[in-house]
Amino acid sequence: MQLTLWTYEGPPHVGAMRIATAMKGLHYVLHAPQGDTYADLLFTMIERRNHRPPVTYTTFQARDLGSDTAELFQNAVRDACNRFQPEAMLVGASCTAELIQDDPGGLARALNLPVPVVPLELPSYQKKENWGAAETLYQLVRTLLGPKAPAPGIARSPRAVSRKPRCNLLGPTALGFRHRDDVTELTRLLTSLGIEINLVAPLDARPSDLLRIPDADFNVVMYPEIASPVAQWLKRTFAQPMSTIVPIGVNATREFIAEVARLAGLDPATVKSVGDSRLPWYSRSIDSTYLTGKRVFVFGDATHAIAAARVAEEELGFKVVGLGTYSREMARDVRTAAQKYGVEPLISDDYLEVEERIVEAQPEIVLGTQMERHIAKRLGIPCAVISAPVHVQDFPARYSPQMGFEGANVLFDTFVHPLMMGLEEHLIGMFREDFEFHGDAAPSHLGHMTAQPDATAAQVSVADRSEGVTHASPPAVVSEIGWKPEAEAELKKIPFFVRGKARRNTEKFACDRGLDVITIETIYDAKAHFGK
Amino acid sequence: MSAQTLSFAPDSQTTSGCLDAPVLRERGQREVFCGLTGIVWMHRKIQDAFFLIVGSRTCAHLMQSAAGVMIFAEPRFGTAIIDERDLAGLADANAELDRVVDRLLSRRPDIKLLFLVGSCPSEVIKLDLSRAAQRLSRQHMPAVRVLNYSGSGIETTFTQGEDACLASLVPELPPSTDPGVPQLLVVGALSDVVEDQFKRLFDELGLAPVAFLPPRKSSELPSVGESTRYLLAQPFLSDTGRALDQRGASHVPAAFPLGAEGTTLWLRAAADTFGISPALFEKVIAAPRARAERALENHRGALAGRRLFMFPDSQLEPPLARFLSREMGMSLIEVGTPYLNRQHLAEELALLPPGTRLSEGQDVDKQLDRCRADKPDLVLCGLGLANPLEAEGIATKWSIETVFTPIQGYEQAGDLAKIFARPLRRRQLLEV
Repeated sequence: MQLTLWTYEGPPHVGAMRIATAMKGLHYVLHAPQGDTYADLLFTMIERRNHRPPVTYTTFQARDLGSDTAELFQNAVRDACNRFQPEAMLVGASCTAELIQDDPGGLARALNLPVPVVPLELPSYQKKENWGAAETLYQLVRTLLGPKAPAPGIARSPRAVSRKPRCNLLGPTALGFRHRDDVTELTRLLTSLGIEINLVAPLDARPSDLLRIPDADFNVVMYPEIASPVAQWLKRTFAQPMSTIVPIGVNATREFIAEVARLAGLDPATVKSVGDSRLPWYSRSIDSTYLTGKRVFVFGDATHAIAAARVAEEELGFKVVGLGTYSREMARDVRTAAQKYGVEPLISDDYLEVEERIVEAQPEIVLGTQMERHIAKRLGIPCAVISAPVHVQDFPARYSPQMGFEGANVLFDTFVHPLMMGLEEHLIGMFREDFEFHGDAAPSHLGHMTAQPDATAAQVSVADRSEGVTHASPPAVVSEIGWKPEAEAELKKIPFFVRGKARRNTEKFACDRGLDVITIETIYDAKAHFGK
Repeated sequence: MSAQTLSFAPDSQTTSGCLDAPVLRERGQREVFCGLTGIVWMHRKIQDAFFLIVGSRTCAHLMQSAAGVMIFAEPRFGTAIIDERDLAGLADANAELDRVVDRLLSRRPDIKLLFLVGSCPSEVIKLDLSRAAQRLSRQHMPAVRVLNYSGSGIETTFTQGEDACLASLVPELPPSTDPGVPQLLVVGALSDVVEDQFKRLFDELGLAPVAFLPPRKSSELPSVGESTRYLLAQPFLSDTGRALDQRGASHVPAAFPLGAEGTTLWLRAAADTFGISPALFEKVIAAPRARAERALENHRGALAGRRLFMFPDSQLEPPLARFLSREMGMSLIEVGTPYLNRQHLAEELALLPPGTRLSEGQDVDKQLDRCRADKPDLVLCGLGLANPLEAEGIATKWSIETVFTPIQGYEQAGDLAKIFARPLRRRQLLEV
């Protein structure tokens, strides 16, 4: 048993619903008790879909358990097939139905329905939402395309020179983080490269469309969490190559272009200059100097977390001080990336652990999920949301992709706006003693959000939100060293955006020298020591 | 219209309304929450209580999704997620539960009352939470009392979770100290502001001290016994009512305090039970009732004559239908409820217009067919159905809002009407 106050991913059958709801002409019959229908509101409320998800629930009750839940299930499947006339059906069980072991697959097969039925085995007590989505897409494609697989060893015939190269975009689902806009952006990008989009799946595809997957020359794996298993199978079975680079960020997009050009058999010389991002210039513009070395903590699904860390460090000049994911399936990739930044990777779905690590890392900005947004808000640290789990705010009315060059523009704004500061904050730094600029005033862009410094620590600490720690759990060094009141006052004169660093450096300096009291002298000695 | 809507003089109760009306009973797909969802408001109502669901990841996901938003403050509820080790017998589920509870209570020393809440998986694997609660109570008393109830979807829908929770509290209530003196107990979670308003009215009527269940703190459990007269503030409290009956308390039958009429009938039922003179009663309620009627007047134009279709959700549907038809002049096409307790709703059913289509249970696709065919002006429904119906051009109101908003009593009557008027008004307002 695991104590959970908040969960990053839903159960695996919600992943299956994300596939079913993304597609048209597909219907999912879920053996589940009443109450499990809550999942509909994820799609109708959070994503504001204008249709009910194509899901029928058996909604069995306690009194049904004594009689025949299997019959209930069969009736539900038969009725759904008649009413919705789908091209294909998914059948499966939610966590409770898994325990009563009715065998939805076998029961559905016995009905001899006129459409293909894909039985889903999604172990609710081991796996989670993204795994469920990936497994569902894989099983669906495999069921429909398996019979059409060429004999092993038969090579793909090369593309005729007269025909443009074609690819599939695999992975976008319902309830995905900016999937809708990423599809538009990649379609635009690939089309400009002279590559046709053969099919997007599962988003807006029909089961009959999936039969056309092999017509493409290669697959673009947009979201490895969801599309990797199916793309791997297509590679093995249809010798269809797949992309490995997720085009989030300027550098990744450029590498992605090179990769797809190679997969498409295009001349790399001709695929240059297909538009570019404003990010490189904005990042070099003098106004961005203050971004240098900003301490950033990144947490999310593996794909978005890895990409955000790279953009933050390579393209904005931040310093990654923490990197983690709740996607255990992709833990290895996150570990590799964390190594690059010299940080300890965090693989966890326990938000209390994530919160602890954020406090320890003392970041100046957090890039995370809605949960980290709340953590950061409590700690008074700026935050931007980069990954699912989604919130109604993650489906903005405007065009807001994460991928491609426009996606890089969006990321620049997303990462930088929470930090925005102008002349006003410099003035605050210059004239700390102005009564309206008092040291306890939060930086204006953080509004009235305040951390709650605890009563005992309040004497010692500046109540400074920009330092990004609750003083309830200060780092170990602090407890050993006291600040003289005049040193504390002097610290408040330092602009808030470098004050956290000044405090840390001073305390480290004092600690290294065995000082137990920090004076004004210590602050400036430390400044001279660390200033380079 | 106003003449009709205001004519709720006693003679209207002599007609039987829908008291013996046939009910359309359906057993198909139900589009309702399970009883766990009640925790969303119960954990705020009882401030020193924690609700620990013993269930699956689905339960945890339901809770954070049903709460509508991500949780801001650390919530006083959580889930002990059963995993494959528990199911395979590799871990002793009871030992695991003890460990989880220990960790929880050490993190939250402010917790004085812990509910172990059963779920579908815990019911199906027959995890005995009542024994677990007894064992844990022995370990943690007197600091923490541990109780249990089931919020599982196989046994409860939505508001029945509150019923099960309150029913589990009843055996814990101390016995009345003065059995001779009748005492009023108001049962059902109300928002604090509404509770305070009612308390003032009961005080003015001379009924003090009036107790409320649930209390705001677990240390303030009301006493109960043969002198207890209980008045239900919510229509979904079947089990709690039974448990109170077993403690010797007696039920004060009444309509529910929704709208000016409902509030008057509800208060009068209490006043009559305690022999309060009609003159005093009129004196006490005259001003707030007049305020409520004035507030309702503002919304009658938007609602009168409009046709309403109610999907089953909270069991509040019959009293809401009574309010909307009699006081706001709406016409009722279908009044759905997940469960119809004829005993607790007798006063309400008698006031519904004869011929109203009542339905109990659900077959959601068939009900949607009926709804589309009926072309209502307004639909009351759950969150899963609202946007799809809006997209079809049908105005909707989320029924969950009638549970999460203070709507009871005179001072909230206008707010209640506004909840239903707003979607219609908004449609007129928008020019895109």
